[in-house]
Amino acid sequence: MSSKASEVLSLLKRDVLLGNLKRGERLDGRGPEDYREIKIETGIIGKAEGSALVHIGDTKVIAGVKAEIGTPFPDTPNQGVQIVNAELIPLASPIFEPGPPGEDDIELARVIDRGLRSAETIRLDELVLIPGKKVWTIFIDIYSLDYNGNLFDASGLAALSALLTTNLKKTEITGENIILKEEEQPLPVGRKPVYVTLVKIEDILLVDPSYEEELLADARITFIVDESDNICGIQKGGKKGFKPSEILKAADIAIETATKLRKILPST
Amino acid sequence: MTLYIKHKQIVVPGELIIDEGKYVVEGKVYCINKRYYSKVLGLVEVDEENKRIKVISLKGKYIPEVGDIVIGKVIDVGLTNWTVDINSPYTAILQVTEVFSKPTSISRNSLSQILDVGDIIIAKVIAFDFTRDPLLTIKESKLGKVTKGTMVEIDPSKIPRLIGKKGSMISMIKDMLDVDIIVGKNGRVIVVGKNPLKEGISTLVIKMIEKEAHTTGLTDRVKIFIEEKLREVKQ
Amino acid sequence: MKISPIKLIDENGRRIDGRLPHEIRKVKIESGVLKNADGSAYIELGNNKIIVAVYGPREVYPKHQALADRALLRCRYSMAPFSVEERKTPSPTRREIELSKVIREALEPAIFLEEYPRTAIDVFIEVLEADGGTRTASITAASVALADAGIPMRDLVTAIAIGKVEGLLVVDLNGLEDQYGEGDMPIAMMPQLGYVTLFQADGRFTAEELKEAFKLANDAIKKIYEEQKQALKRKYLKVAEIGEI
Repeated sequence: MSSKASEVLSLLKRDVLLGNLKRGERLDGRGPEDYREIKIETGIIGKAEGSALVHIGDTKVIAGVKAEIGTPFPDTPNQGVQIVNAELIPLASPIFEPGPPGEDDIELARVIDRGLRSAETIRLDELVLIPGKKVWTIFIDIYSLDYNGNLFDASGLAALSALLTTNLKKTEITGENIILKEEEQPLPVGRKPVYVTLVKIEDILLVDPSYEEELLADARITFIVDESDNICGIQKGGKKGFKPSEILKAADIAIETATKLRKILPST
Repeated sequence: MTLYIKHKQIVVPGELIIDEGKYVVEGKVYCINKRYYSKVLGLVEVDEENKRIKVISLKGKYIPEVGDIVIGKVIDVGLTNWTVDINSPYTAILQVTEVFSKPTSISRNSLSQILDVGDIIIAKVIAFDFTRDPLLTIKESKLGKVTKGTMVEIDPSKIPRLIGKKGSMISMIKDMLDVDIIVGKNGRVIVVGKNPLKEGISTLVIKMIEKEAHTTGLTDRVKIFIEEKLREVKQ
Repeated sequence: MKISPIKLIDENGRRIDGRLPHEIRKVKIESGVLKNADGSAYIELGNNKIIVAVYGPREVYPKHQALADRALLRCRYSMAPFSVEERKTPSPTRREIELSKVIREALEPAIFLEEYPRTAIDVFIEVLEADGGTRTASITAASVALADAGIPMRDLVTAIAIGKVEGLLVVDLNGLEDQYGEGDMPIAMMPQLGYVTLFQADGRFTAEELKEAFKLANDAIKKIYEEQKQALKRKYLKVAEIGEI
């Protein structure tokens, strides 16, 4: 099985990786807290209201935003609707299998969703057309294209970049009638959360893990950080645990890293 | 050096037993930073005289070891072997060559005439290393198909208690109830007696030992229990 | 964030169910409650009622899922349709799928999986009634069920949620606080070894609040850990009363 072959790290490579890490060096020459090069392209899909392709090193993720007029959830009649979906498609890696979303896809989507909600990135209260009846539904669909580590950060960055460049049609409302106009306006956005993931290998913390580092990792943690250094979400993963002191250290590193990442966000 | 527990104490996984040092620590324990922790829900035995501490599991699955006598149930008949359930996460294989001393050529049909699905066998584990299923043999004496008696299943971790120190418990049951008892390491026990009532009492006794395995004074209570039951039978 | 229609903390600093910020709800744990399962546990945390069964180590089906060097740990967190106000569909929701994964990853660090290559250990969690904090209560009960099954473990796993209600950090959110509060931070730890095995957060927290949350969680976890230990030992001590131990 090809997927199994690429999920097993050769012991030889493991030893090299570990040896280098203990000297503070990563296989691609980065230091423990260095991020890979990031490139963000926005507005690449004409049919979508917003879109972004994010490269973090060799990892590529595309996010598209579609907007539809729909009905609000009964418990939030005066709010728009946000729906995040993520697909780890087989095109992106030999370890991804075709079929309905598995637990990894769902976890990814839900973590991205929680960060955007906690930060109130989409101003859902401003997306009401007819209170209690008609609101904008914003769909954010995240597709991995090339998986070489750190899908959480790449997906978060792609979703945020797409939202920051999303335009909605202006509307004219007469009674129960909604007329969509040609003119557009930017999607109302609030705070801008940045996702920063670290992995732990033995007692070393690494920012922005590569695929091989993820394979070797004992545990993973993602912090979602807004512009006032508030944490808008956390997700721990992986087969081992963290000492509380390691988590607090990771949080500090994540907040610092987020400040740097924020500088390259597209302007609205 | 501190001893954190008492003799006969029940411990949970992760409970600190003792710092590394004066005692030999055995059984279901693990050691980090020179401290021994229990790795199971278990019973601690402290032997002050010999400076030994042992943690015994109170429950658990049977994991085969080479040389173990086990009681198996045939669950499938193949072309050259039988698949045997040994009450373990690892299903065992009995090859034709481990049934007959001489080379024999037989067809699948005749294989099921020798041992069929549902048959109970007493067997010995001859190979197991986790990478492949354990292999059994029934070629030695006292091994083979079971044709009479009652089978009782108990938690495999309780088997040593059923046997008792130097076989004291099992001998007592055999003598008092005039039965033969074959104990499989995998938690299965076969009782064969001439008197079906006594065979029945034996199975009750075995279940009682399973339930009370971690308590002291058990041998005496078992003796009283058997005497009472025998009186009931006579009446 | 939804605006709370009710006051969650009163002028005396008491919470809606009368608790002080650091107080946990009443907790009751029992082990060995099911006959068929190799190990089982039942937990009540406030109004939460959860039952957990562990099967294994046992043979893996489908067989190709088996791992050559360790046991495969599988976990299914499921909420009964009647466990919540509005009937939940019996088929797994996305929330349940994510929680199954994070609960598995919270338990995995504690288990010596390498002792049983090519087998499976299955953890089945059924939430019978939910009132905030089901994932943490599930982890607490699941680790008791694993120990009850005789599975070798480094430690138990104990979990609690820290939340933010009206700007205040509180321990063990109930359903209303979960629904209308500003944040939820579930934490699971191996209490003896001091490792965090589940850590999530929803809502906004400062780095300072993170530190505070660990302190609060530590105290709550100590209390629940004692209950877990007692639940496991009680069964055997009861039998021992017949004889003497």
